Amino acid sequence: MSLIQPSVVLDVHALSGAYFAPISLQLAAGEVVCLFGVSGSGKSQFLRAVVDLELHQGAVFLHGVEQQQMAAPSWRRKVAYLPAESGWWATRVGEHFATPPSADELASLGLDEAILTREVDGISSGERQRLGLLRLLVQRPQVILLDEPSANLDPESTLKMEQVVCAYVRETQAAAVWVSHDPLQRARIADRSMDMPLRESEVLV
Amino acid sequence: MNFIHLTAFDLGLAALLVVLLGGLIALSGLGLTRSLFVSSLRMTLQLLLIGVVLETLFRLNNPWLVALMGLVMLAIAGWEVVARQKRRLRGGWGYGIGLLAMALPAFTLTVLTLVALIGVQPWYTPQYAIPLLGMILGNTMTGIGLGFNRLTMGAASSRREIEAQLLLGYDMRQASRKLRQDSLHTAMVPTINMLTVAGLVSLPGMMTGQILAGTAPIEAVKYQILIMFLITSATGFGTMLAIELGTRRLFDERQRLRLDRLMEGK
Repeated sequence: MSLIQPSVVLDVHALSGAYFAPISLQLAAGEVVCLFGVSGSGKSQFLRAVVDLELHQGAVFLHGVEQQQMAAPSWRRKVAYLPAESGWWATRVGEHFATPPSADELASLGLDEAILTREVDGISSGERQRLGLLRLLVQRPQVILLDEPSANLDPESTLKMEQVVCAYVRETQAAAVWVSHDPLQRARIADRSMDMPLRESEVLV
Repeated sequence: MNFIHLTAFDLGLAALLVVLLGGLIALSGLGLTRSLFVSSLRMTLQLLLIGVVLETLFRLNNPWLVALMGLVMLAIAGWEVVARQKRRLRGGWGYGIGLLAMALPAFTLTVLTLVALIGVQPWYTPQYAIPLLGMILGNTMTGIGLGFNRLTMGAASSRREIEAQLLLGYDMRQASRKLRQDSLHTAMVPTINMLTVAGLVSLPGMMTGQILAGTAPIEAVKYQILIMFLITSATGFGTMLAIELGTRRLFDERQRLRLDRLMEGK
């Protein structure tokens, strides 16, 4: 792949699956790309294929290394995906963190340190979504794929989340894909926006 | 021998109790009468049939016939395990895993017991081999059926929790830990409860039967203890095997949760 420029973090090459049309996409270091498209166009399925949670064709390279050449768990730590609804398997919030987040990291998303000792059932969906992002960022991924992460957030928390993600991407020279239906949000955070390609069956209709 | 034979009249009187019960339920309009009668009739025919089969087996004392009988019992038990699965694995994996998980411990432990513990000559003597295998299979069937059902149902219902862990870079062993734990517990709890209440609340059927047939209680108790240990280990080993093989089938080499390998829920 001599065409790859050194600054390309993630190179998605003709990736396709059962529920989305083939996609090619390159993410440069420090770049945030917004993805949008009608529901049912397979945005989540596409992101799941990038982290190899879904069967797919095509190839994905992280800094020139193909997905299949890396063990799946280490790939997913480097290319991290935050689903629209994150899963919580233990009783307390703190048990879900590989390394506990600092008070500053929590505060940057408007959260208090005490939340780590609370039970998952007792916190709001907005808090869960911010904690989901944080538990992923403490693993220092090189690519973050965010599936409507601010859907349950108030405007103030939404702005905080945008700042945290953009700052992380710039500082670590990582890259992000952010699924967003809000044109104003895309204008605030996106270096580039991309419309989800339609599937063949939908083009014919 | 102080063994008292039962006559057809005795059994008829006992059956009359079920008929009375069925009549009472029918009168109160609560349903269930039909299936009560059908399954009572089935039980009678099945047991009479097995009585005839066992008489023949005991008389012929042929190892191949004993083996054939064991295989038939295994096949039926395997089918029962699958029938209890609400989301079974596609492509015969559900039946195959259930069958293997029962066959391996049940046959191994039965033969081991016959040869090394009871030491009956010849070891395949059907009077010992068939009831022993039957008791082990009957109990492992329940345990493995419960545990395997919990595994496949749980994989489907806790998909989000499992995938959340896979997404954070946990491998399938870590991500499925709680699921496997729940499955093993579900399978083993009835057996552990059985051990706990044995002799207190319930007098186990085999022991009761031996005592009724005139065996000294302490000798019957010894056999029962042996059977309890066999049932417990066969259920435990079988369930662990079923969970291990089932988990490997639920995930693939790229550590993806493969719910597409499960049939649609019934």
